[in-house]
Amino acid sequence: MITDVAELERVAAVNEDGLGDIMEVSMGPHHPSTHGVFRMDVRLEGERVVRLKPVFGYLHRNHEKIAEHGAYLSAIPYTDRLDYLCSMTNNWGYVLAVEKLAGIAVPERAEYIRVIVAELTRFQNHAGLVGFLLQDMGASGTPLMYAFREREKVLDLFESLSGARMMCNYMRFGGVRVDCSAAWLTETRQLVGRLPGFVDEFESLLRANEILMARTQGTGVLPRELAVNAGVTGPMLRASGVNYDVRKVDKYGIYDRFSFRVPLGEHGDVYDRYMMRILEMRESVKILEQALRDIPAGPIMDPKVRLRGLRPKAGEAYGRIESPKGELGFFLISDGSGNPYRYRVRPPSMINLTILEDMCLGENIADTVIILGSVDIVLGEVDR
Amino acid sequence: MPLPSPEDIKAQIEVGVPGASVTVIANGSPSGQHSLLLDHAHARAVAEFLRDDAALRLDFCSLMTGVDWPDSEVSEKVKVKKLVAGPDGASSEQQVEEVRKTKVSGHLEAVYHLFSMEKKHGPAILRLRTANRADGTHLPSLTPVWRSAEFQEREAFDLYGIVFDGHPDLRRILMWDGFVDYPMRKDYVAPEDDILVTGVKA
Amino acid sequence: MEQDLKNLKIELSKNGIFTTTLEEIYNWGRKNSVWPLTFGLACCAIEMIATTMARYDLARFGAEVFRPSPRQADLIIVSGTVTKKMAPQVVRLYNQMPEPKYVIAMGACAISGGPFRDGYNVLKGIDRYIPVDVHIPGCPPRPEALIHAFMTLQKKIEEQSLSGAERPRHLQADLPSEFPVPTFGEHGLEPAQNTDVFLAENGNPLRVIQ
Repeated sequence: MITDVAELERVAAVNEDGLGDIMEVSMGPHHPSTHGVFRMDVRLEGERVVRLKPVFGYLHRNHEKIAEHGAYLSAIPYTDRLDYLCSMTNNWGYVLAVEKLAGIAVPERAEYIRVIVAELTRFQNHAGLVGFLLQDMGASGTPLMYAFREREKVLDLFESLSGARMMCNYMRFGGVRVDCSAAWLTETRQLVGRLPGFVDEFESLLRANEILMARTQGTGVLPRELAVNAGVTGPMLRASGVNYDVRKVDKYGIYDRFSFRVPLGEHGDVYDRYMMRILEMRESVKILEQALRDIPAGPIMDPKVRLRGLRPKAGEAYGRIESPKGELGFFLISDGSGNPYRYRVRPPSMINLTILEDMCLGENIADTVIILGSVDIVLGEVDR
Repeated sequence: MPLPSPEDIKAQIEVGVPGASVTVIANGSPSGQHSLLLDHAHARAVAEFLRDDAALRLDFCSLMTGVDWPDSEVSEKVKVKKLVAGPDGASSEQQVEEVRKTKVSGHLEAVYHLFSMEKKHGPAILRLRTANRADGTHLPSLTPVWRSAEFQEREAFDLYGIVFDGHPDLRRILMWDGFVDYPMRKDYVAPEDDILVTGVKA
Repeated sequence: MEQDLKNLKIELSKNGIFTTTLEEIYNWGRKNSVWPLTFGLACCAIEMIATTMARYDLARFGAEVFRPSPRQADLIIVSGTVTKKMAPQVVRLYNQMPEPKYVIAMGACAISGGPFRDGYNVLKGIDRYIPVDVHIPGCPPRPEALIHAFMTLQKKIEEQSLSGAERPRHLQADLPSEFPVPTFGEHGLEPAQNTDVFLAENGNPLRVIQ
């Protein structure tokens, strides 16, 4: 609803010129783009976007309040449900923060298992994202079918390891919940052996697709300085050319033992963000091959940790990891009791949305959907 | 090159932003992440200094958190000299232990975690505290310095009631606009959904 | 008499004559072409998408296309947590669907609020405002569970009669097919539940104070 007098005069002038009408459109919270209950209030001049305000909170499930009422251990299944496509990496972010808060060490084998499941998660997330992005562009379902075919294989591995396909609830403070068997490792090695072939097939089907090229190159450009100032992280930041990957900066876990590259983009448009995911899938396969080759025998949990009655000393800690969406962090304040006094999630999807308006201004409304698709949001994380 | 210690950063701030009041708040956990408490008047200038200083270059505000510290009562045992009546009727001065309770007024807090994408170091942690939890809940907004704080400060406003002065668009973000409570505060009581009152008791 | 009719049917069909009742054929057409609405709220939506993908393939049960517009959909699969902020939109979408329409509450959150039941923004089950036909427990339910729910819904449609007192809602003119949309109050939704829908059955946790 336009109430500003100057704005109304401008609208009248535009209408007289016949260049287009000003129209306010609410895209969402229910719309065919499969990113969840997200709404964009868009003001259009003809087909071009002149203003875009994201509105969310439709999936605000009070994760932080519930976690503050429960023990440290009972927050782990809730972290599964934050970014519900990547439950393993969510678990890792939280247990890393608690391990920093309470000073808990993790044995070698558990670190290797964590890296293996995290990189498998990253792989299936990026494959799914390319599938969803192509679906937003109109390729109704076929790339997604290819992506989900591989995702199902990864979920089979997760199910045999942790008992659940999606909500794995697998990591604990000081290690992981159950050990992986030699048979599981053999099956994982076989799957990882086939993954490069899948990425080649996937990419070859899309590489020269003219609709993909025409729609994504030059669309939704995000300049470097704005990306850094707006706290954008993950593949979206690296597509704009900023070399910042928490795995390389913090070297958490045992990531400093693996040799892998950090792909960087040049233009910061949707095409670069799509290419980031493809390249990171290949890097994840490299890390998986190294981890599966070097995983030692040994214990998987620190035996001194009291999981159920964990009472860290009063203090605070911020622990962060590189999740497939960006920097996922957990800020915990302990008051010495068994419940966290303050439990805060740093949601990469929500913070990456800060500059959605900047990227979409001047673009056609049809392109806002693919720009949003390239940001890679999951509403469970945006709203918590 | 790693980030300087909080004491060093405090010294640099006091040189770079004259008049700024910075206090180092120690952290009891093994994480070793100590923080700096700033005053309201100079917070924006300190933030700009931290972001633009050539050595620190804290250009990435990763996280902004709201925290609620409700009013509390601190009891301490104090040894006091008092006139005590003895068994023989004469009063004499003796040392007596008394429990003294002092009310500590609560406040809301905003915690900023800063990193540097250029120098790859961090975190440096800033804290801002409001005057109280009732009518003095204003804090300066750091969104003009780090755009990443935009949605997060709106969330702290929505869930805690911290009002950020200078924020470009301060309105609720997760709850709907007509909602009046601040649900993440420690004294929030959710309404009962499972009771239906059909009549009025006489 | 029933058995004689059945034997007659079998004999006739052996000679190439197919007999049925109007009810059977009407319901057969309806149950094998239930088109759901593309409506995913949270994690259960991903399992719903996985059910439509190549491995589990919901399309072979008749859910060939998921319609984005409620005006063209027969079924709304409420997959995920319904928050109080989203609840009015869910009811509005349900109202916009034409009769006959069905609701599957997929997952613990849609049934009762699930693991997030204690949340201040969480609606404790979508059946507080709209009538639900099939509930699937799980967090999230496996794709096979969603297929089982779909088959249960098909069985329910198959057993619906065209006449008599037991006929379904869409054939009874005096029963409502649209339900009031809750509004945003200062502390929650108003009303907190729709007692026509929620109080009707026993076993819900609502305590009525006179």
